[in-house]
Amino acid sequence: MNSIKDNPILKREIMMDHYESPRNFQLIDDNSYRQIHVYSQSCQDDIKLQVLINNDIIEDIRFEGNACVIATASTSIMTELIKGCSIKQAKEIIENYFNMINQKEYGENILKEAVVFESVGRQVNRISCATLSWNGLKQLLNENEES
Amino acid sequence: MFNVDKIRQDFPMLQGKTNEGKPLIYLDNGATTLKPNSVIEAVTNYYQNITSNINRGDYKLAYLVDQAYEKTREVVADFINCQSKEVVFTYGTTHSLNQIAYGYGLNNLKENDEILITVAEHASNTLPWYQLAAITKAKVKFIPLDKTGKITVENVRKMLNENVKIVSIAQVSNVLGCISDVKAIAREVHKFNAVLVVDGAQSVPHIKTDVKDLDCDFLVFSAHKMCGPTAVGVMYGKYHLLEKMMPLMLGGGMNLHFDTDFNVKLKAVPYKFEAGTSNIEAVLGLKAAIKYLKEIGMDNIANYEKQLKDYTISELKKLDNVIVYNPEADIGIISFNVLDKGKIIFGQDVASYLSKHGLCLRSGNHCAKNLWQYLAVDSTVRCALYFYNTKEEVDKLIEVLKTTTLENCVDVIL
Repeated sequence: MNSIKDNPILKREIMMDHYESPRNFQLIDDNSYRQIHVYSQSCQDDIKLQVLINNDIIEDIRFEGNACVIATASTSIMTELIKGCSIKQAKEIIENYFNMINQKEYGENILKEAVVFESVGRQVNRISCATLSWNGLKQLLNENEES
Repeated sequence: MFNVDKIRQDFPMLQGKTNEGKPLIYLDNGATTLKPNSVIEAVTNYYQNITSNINRGDYKLAYLVDQAYEKTREVVADFINCQSKEVVFTYGTTHSLNQIAYGYGLNNLKENDEILITVAEHASNTLPWYQLAAITKAKVKFIPLDKTGKITVENVRKMLNENVKIVSIAQVSNVLGCISDVKAIAREVHKFNAVLVVDGAQSVPHIKTDVKDLDCDFLVFSAHKMCGPTAVGVMYGKYHLLEKMMPLMLGGGMNLHFDTDFNVKLKAVPYKFEAGTSNIEAVLGLKAAIKYLKEIGMDNIANYEKQLKDYTISELKKLDNVIVYNPEADIGIISFNVLDKGKIIFGQDVASYLSKHGLCLRSGNHCAKNLWQYLAVDSTVRCALYFYNTKEEVDKLIEVLKTTTLENCVDVIL
C-alpha cells in the first residue's frame, strides 16, 4: 500500500471527503455521554464532542459544529480512529497525533488517515484547527478518569 | 495631487515585504493600518531623544515633552473641529466607549431608561452597554437596519421615546462599510434630550470629520486604524458633558488633592480622565499620523478610496463564485464569501489560501456577533482598503479568488 503521507492527491481526497461527509456527525440526547464544547479563541471553529465510555472502552463518539475544513476533517478522522478503542489505546493515538503535529517521531500505522495533517504546521496558524477536537477529547478522557 | 506610488514609498511595510514568501498585499485595514515613516520616527524620537514623563515639567526636557503632548490635543481638535479641552486621550475606541458607558451612563441612567444601539455594532459598542443596562436596570434596544444594512433616520425616529437616554452607533460599520447620516440622527436624538455617541473607529480614518457639524455628543476613535500607533485613541465629548462625567480610572496625574479624610479633588477636563502615565510615544505618533493624513488631504483620501472600492466591487461582482454582502458600501470595507459548488467555503479556509498568495484579509465575524442573524451567514471574508492600496493589488485578489476552490484551500497544508 502506498503511504498516504507521500501522496498529496490522496491526502486532499481524504480531507475533502471527511469535510463533505463527516463521520459520526450527529449529537445524541443521552446523559450517559460525556460532552465538551470546544471553540477557537481566534476564529469561528465551534465543535461539540460527545463520548460514551463503558468499562474503559470508548463505545461511541460523536460531534457536531461549524468549522473549517481542517478542524472538521480532523475531528471526523479522529472519531473513526477512536471509536471502539480502549482508553489506553485512545491515549496512545492522541499522543502520536500530537507528536506528528509537533514534528516529533510518531507511528504512521497508528494514525492511519490522520497522517493527512502531517504538514499542517506549514501554516502555523492552522495548527489550532487541526488540534481543536483532539485537545477536547484529551480533556474528556482526563475528566473521565477524575470522576 | 494624489500619487499612490509616491505615498507607498512612505511605508516601510510596503517596501518589498512578504507574506508566506509572496509580495505582501495588505487588505486588513479595518483591523489595523500600516505606519508611515513619519509616525515611526515620532515614536522612536520620543525614546531616543526626549524621554521623560508628562505632567511634571520641573526640568526643561519634561517641559518639552509636555508641550509636544499637549500640542497633539490641538492637532486632534483641529482635525475633528472641536476645542482642545474636549479631546481626551484614551487607550483606544474600546476604552473610550467604556469610559462613556460608565462615566456618563452610571450617573444618568435609571431603571427602564433605554439605550439604543444596532446589531451591526462592534463588541466594544455593545458589551459596555449590556453591562451598564445590567447595573442600572436600563434596557438596551436595537434600532432596525434597512435592507442594505444602513441605519436610517426614519428607523431611529421610530425607536426614540422619552425613556431613551443614550444612542450609540458607528458612523461606519466595520462589516458593512456604510456611512450613517449622523447629523440627521443627532437632530432626532436631541429632540428627546438623549445623547448621541458615535463610534468613529472606521470613519475618522477615511472621511473628513467635523463634530460641530455632526453635532454628536461624543465621538471616539483609535489611532492605529489611521496610520498611528496602537493603544492610543481619542474620546471627544462636548465640554459640559465631560465636566459632569466621572473618570473610569483614578490615580496619578488626574487629581489635584487628596487627604486621609478622603477628600479628593480632581483636575479639570480633559486631564481628570487621563490617570496614570499615558502612552506618550503613541500620542506623539498620533500627532504625526494626523499631520500625514492632512498633508495628503482627507478629501483626496476619501475620493481615492471610493474609486478603489467601486472598482473592487465591480470586479468582485464579475466572479460567479463570490457573494458580496454589501455591494452598496460607502467606504472600502467589502464583506464577501467564496462558493464552491454552490456551498460557502469556510472563511478561514479562504483567508488561509489567500495568505498563501501574499494576501492579508481577515475572516470571521469581525467582532460584530449580533449582525450574523441579520446577514444569515456565520462569517465573511473582509477586504478593507486604505489609501495606499492599489488597483494592481485588487487585481491580484481577484485573480486568486478565481482559483479559490475547496481543493485549493485544502492544498495549503499538504
